[in-house]
Amino acid sequence: MIGLQAQTAAPPLAADAAPIVEVRGLSKIYPGGVEALNDISLSFPEGELTTLLGPSGCGKTTLLKIIAGLLQPTGGEVRVRGRAVTGPGPERSFVFQDFALMPWATVIRNAAFGLELRGVPRSEREAVAEKYIASVGLKGFETKYPHELSGGMRQRVGLARALAVNADIVMMDEPFSAVDEQTRRQFQEDMLRLVAQERKTFLFVTHSIEEAVYVSNRIVLLSRRPSRVSEIIDVNLPRDSEPDQIRRHPAYLDTVEGIWQTLKRYLD
Amino acid sequence: MTPTTREFVPAAVPLGRPASSPHSLQTLASNPYALRIVSFAIVALAWEWAGRVPVSPSFPTFGETAAALFSMLADGSLPAAFANTLVPLAIGIALSSVVGVAIGVAMGLNEKVEWFGVPIFIVLQAAPLAALVPLLVLAYGIGVTTKVFVVCIMAMPVIVLNSFKAVRHTPHSLIEMGRSFMANRPQLIGKIILRSATPVIFAGLRLGTAAGFVGAILAELLVTPTGVGDIITYSQSTADYPRMYAAIAGVIIVSVLFIEGLGWVEQRFLRPEKRSAS
Ligand SMILES: Nc1ncnc2c1ncn2[C@@H]1O[C@H](COP(=O)(O)OP(=O)(O)OP(=O)(O)O)[C@@H](O)[C@H]1O
Ligand SMILES: [Mg+2]
Repeated sequence: MIGLQAQTAAPPLAADAAPIVEVRGLSKIYPGGVEALNDISLSFPEGELTTLLGPSGCGKTTLLKIIAGLLQPTGGEVRVRGRAVTGPGPERSFVFQDFALMPWATVIRNAAFGLELRGVPRSEREAVAEKYIASVGLKGFETKYPHELSGGMRQRVGLARALAVNADIVMMDEPFSAVDEQTRRQFQEDMLRLVAQERKTFLFVTHSIEEAVYVSNRIVLLSRRPSRVSEIIDVNLPRDSEPDQIRRHPAYLDTVEGIWQTLKRYLD
Repeated sequence: MTPTTREFVPAAVPLGRPASSPHSLQTLASNPYALRIVSFAIVALAWEWAGRVPVSPSFPTFGETAAALFSMLADGSLPAAFANTLVPLAIGIALSSVVGVAIGVAMGLNEKVEWFGVPIFIVLQAAPLAALVPLLVLAYGIGVTTKVFVVCIMAMPVIVLNSFKAVRHTPHSLIEMGRSFMANRPQLIGKIILRSATPVIFAGLRLGTAAGFVGAILAELLVTPTGVGDIITYSQSTADYPRMYAAIAGVIIVSVLFIEGLGWVEQRFLRPEKRSAS
């Protein structure tokens, strides 16, 4: 099922995990005529972190928002566990590029907001939120307001909110694009830890090749708009090594270089 | 007046003092109350000076006006006049606030209501009130109803238009966030849209209240002289200018206090993030 449209260079051996999300023949033409996606088919294996990587404006956000049910496609469909997506659902949660925190609400209320909307009683939802606030490293900041936090900390709240609803699929649209490099690396370690311990499926969008290779199990390379799948790459890194060793590992360096060679074609 | 415009001109707080100014002046300048008192003192002094020149025989000094104000407070005539003026004012402002916010929010949420409502309130906002008063008197007589109408015509458009804009400008990403966490329509409105609109709605309420005070006095001057309007007209006819200006100053003071109180209510109950910031 993987990569129907892929002129795939990588051997199709990633079919071990069952797909939890399937994208079939998806097209999106925005009102005004911009064709963002053209007949994309893809599948996302359960329990893995798949990254969408591609040139700016190629339609990564569009694809992610259609999977999230926030945008309607012009053609094609998305299936989650075999059921067609018509809107947002409890099994999917989203981490927003611009954080999308409510400035009038404390960290804990923001983190618990998904549960609040579901009618979970206050003490219960705050207990859950507290746990996730701690797991993203914000213990002690529960009663602060977003404007009292740094950009990196705000995005951690967004992450805690997405995790607190216990969705199977967590979608992240360039979650680290607004934070500095140091925070970003810290985040990447946290992500790897979360992926290992939460057993969720992560769909991740980034601009950074290094970041994609470092955190992903699988990378989907998209071509320029209207977007098509150009290549699917399986990443196999020695995850139990130290971060510095991974970043110097030949497999890491070769994958980064290979992706760069592919993406360079779209630059001109 | 300062209280209404200050909201929109945050830069009015002194940021760049000249480096040469003495240290004690700088600390004084960074105290908001000190500056308010200085600003008030300058106005009072300028007033006193203008009254003594005099710029016009009908322009009293600050001192004379203050004395008239205190004597009217002491003999109870000013409080009694205010009790009179406050009736149409309070009804008009309460009505404009409740109805105005409701209409504005409805316009923000629904385009059909917007198309229907926006032209009405833009026309009302631009309408010359003095020309409308005779029509109102014809329709509703010279009682409280007409005065309430005048207050509403002054106060409501800015409240409606601000509430409308506040709702319409809810950050798209917050709405998307709410939808992605499966908020239903009432939740989206109650927990996101209205909360995010609160600051601008309150800015509209403050502007509307100030306009309502103007409307209440105008109504008393144009319809029938009662309350504070009566003091103003009567003092003018007897050339008792200190009393006339004292009545006007009284209206301004009450209006400012009311608007500040509204701001306090907003900060205290609706803007927790502001409280923790200070
Ligand atoms: N609401 C919209 N209306 C019209 N065109 C849009 C809209 N949103 C996006 N587009 C266009 O669709 C194309 C894809 O946009 P999208 O945001 O999905 O790209 P992206 O891959 O996420 O880009 P980036 O890496 O810069 O975030 C772009 O050319 C963009 O201009
Ligand atoms: Mg994007």
